Amino acid sequence: MAEVLLQGEQRVFMTGNEVVAWAAVAAKADIMYGYPITPQNEIMHYWTRLAPKHGKRFLQVEDEISAGFTTVGGVMTGRKAFTATAGPGNVLMQESANMAEMMRVPIVYVVQQRGGPSTATVIYAQQETTLTCFGGNGEGHRLVYSTATHQELFDYTIKAFNMAWTYRFPTFVLGDGYQAKMRESLTMYNPEEKGIQLVKPVPLLGDTTKPERQFKHLRNTYNTEDELYKVVMNNQRDWDNMAEKVVEWDEKGCEDAEVILLTHGIVARSAITAYQQLRAEGKKVGFFRPITLRPFPGKELKEAIKNAKKLLVAESAYGQFLKMVQNNIFGSQIEIVPLLRPGVGITTEEIVAEYHKLS
Amino acid sequence: MQELEEDGILQPAMPSCWCQETKPHKFCPGCGHGIILKVLGEAIDELGIKDTMVFGCDIGCSLLSWDLFSIDTVQTHHGRTTPVITGMKRANSDIIGVAYMGDGGGYAIGSQHLFNAAVRNEKITILLCNNCNYGMTGGQMAPTTLPGMKTETTPYGRDVSETGYPTKGPEMVAAVAPEGAYVARGTIANVRQLKGFIKKALENQIAGRGISFVECLSSCPTNWRTNAKQTWEFVEKDMAGFFKVGELRGSEVKEG
Repeated sequence: MAEVLLQGEQRVFMTGNEVVAWAAVAAKADIMYGYPITPQNEIMHYWTRLAPKHGKRFLQVEDEISAGFTTVGGVMTGRKAFTATAGPGNVLMQESANMAEMMRVPIVYVVQQRGGPSTATVIYAQQETTLTCFGGNGEGHRLVYSTATHQELFDYTIKAFNMAWTYRFPTFVLGDGYQAKMRESLTMYNPEEKGIQLVKPVPLLGDTTKPERQFKHLRNTYNTEDELYKVVMNNQRDWDNMAEKVVEWDEKGCEDAEVILLTHGIVARSAITAYQQLRAEGKKVGFFRPITLRPFPGKELKEAIKNAKKLLVAESAYGQFLKMVQNNIFGSQIEIVPLLRPGVGITTEEIVAEYHKLS
Repeated sequence: MQELEEDGILQPAMPSCWCQETKPHKFCPGCGHGIILKVLGEAIDELGIKDTMVFGCDIGCSLLSWDLFSIDTVQTHHGRTTPVITGMKRANSDIIGVAYMGDGGGYAIGSQHLFNAAVRNEKITILLCNNCNYGMTGGQMAPTTLPGMKTETTPYGRDVSETGYPTKGPEMVAAVAPEGAYVARGTIANVRQLKGFIKKALENQIAGRGISFVECLSSCPTNWRTNAKQTWEFVEKDMAGFFKVGELRGSEVKEG
């Protein structure tokens, strides 16, 4: 049966997809449901190899709609269930994410972004930012972690399960094809040995261990506008309360910066190197990066940019992240300089070159 | 079943797994859903599976069953009840999962789920109410609308040269499901037989043999615009003439 896994710290060198599978095992996920799409396939490949050794399960279904909804079903029975997807698959999974938002189903999605729109490329983009944060006919009541490194893929996949089961909102780990496919080193660990308590899942219904339980009727359809309004506003309040507790960001050198480099996800790695290089040259440059895109660290960003003159926003999409930034710093007079490259990676050199154009 | 007579007054005969507080149910007068759900309730009572069951209902008229039973229930999205119940059963095999849907949910928007659940022989029970139209949305053509039948989207009658023939769901499921499947088509015009089919379907799941699927021929006088006599004629003659009632797979399973 279940082998003892991940004792102490282990330094490893592996692909991001493999990292996610290991992190899901470390988080004590019970079951994964999936449908093949590049570049997330190896999450399933590694999970299907790891899972039987640890008494865990996998189900390959007919499409991403089904992957999303079977995962919802699994979560409802009180199991830690997750799925992974990308691109057009992410589009299809938004339907289940909406049900999860409405019914407060703590589902975990791992998204390895690929090019868009349409089938586009299987390689890389940050074009699922809007979709992952706001997909569907709702208010974006979800938690989205935008990771930049393999270490973060490991850390935040574990965290995603914990946050989902704490706050009962659908939780996304938003990676990309570069993170999915490249190899790099990271430290894997058993979260409980590190003092990270794993939140225990609880059945939403169908608790077969408690035959005497009071039955539950769970729905997502309401008869009147007022009934719906109450439900949505209640979710909104819970989401707002959660937001302050879970919001995460990273910033460096913003206090005296004239120009602040603003990025998320893997592009933040190019930005941090650009920041270090430019600082070494004595330039007054800052670095800011939201780690949670939902909730967005708006207050923190506003505070960070208050003395700066320019904001260099770089993303591998045509303004999806930029719109969130503009929305969150509304009222600020700071000049925004966008570097928008949909579906294309952004290097340190490109950010540095863009910076030099500013002065 | 409860005592039929209380304080000298004849009480409606309700399965004990029906939720008393939410009765009368929400279906239109003359609708077949109530009959199907009543025999389902009786089968659940007889098998004593209320406490391990999860009932999932689809969107469309079937969603009105979301609070019908004193049983853990989840109302899902249109067409997605099959994957939700599948996911539950895969995560906790102790659950008896019943997915309840209409012909639109099973044969149109959720047809890929029904087909693939059948191919994988998911150990769940799917009950599908066939009333030849989309009832909740006001009577549009469904996959099961009979040739020549008038609906809101086929006002001059269903033209099979343009829209094809009605979907024969049990025949499809029976064709693709592996050994162990139970597949039948019953009708509200023969409740004793329908109850037997539904009970066998549940038993098939309890025994872990494979998928169980029962299509139930039902009525929709509201959208058919039929009186009682015409309604029964349509169910018993027109529908049964096209959709053959009987067991298609697993008929060797003994009745409990």
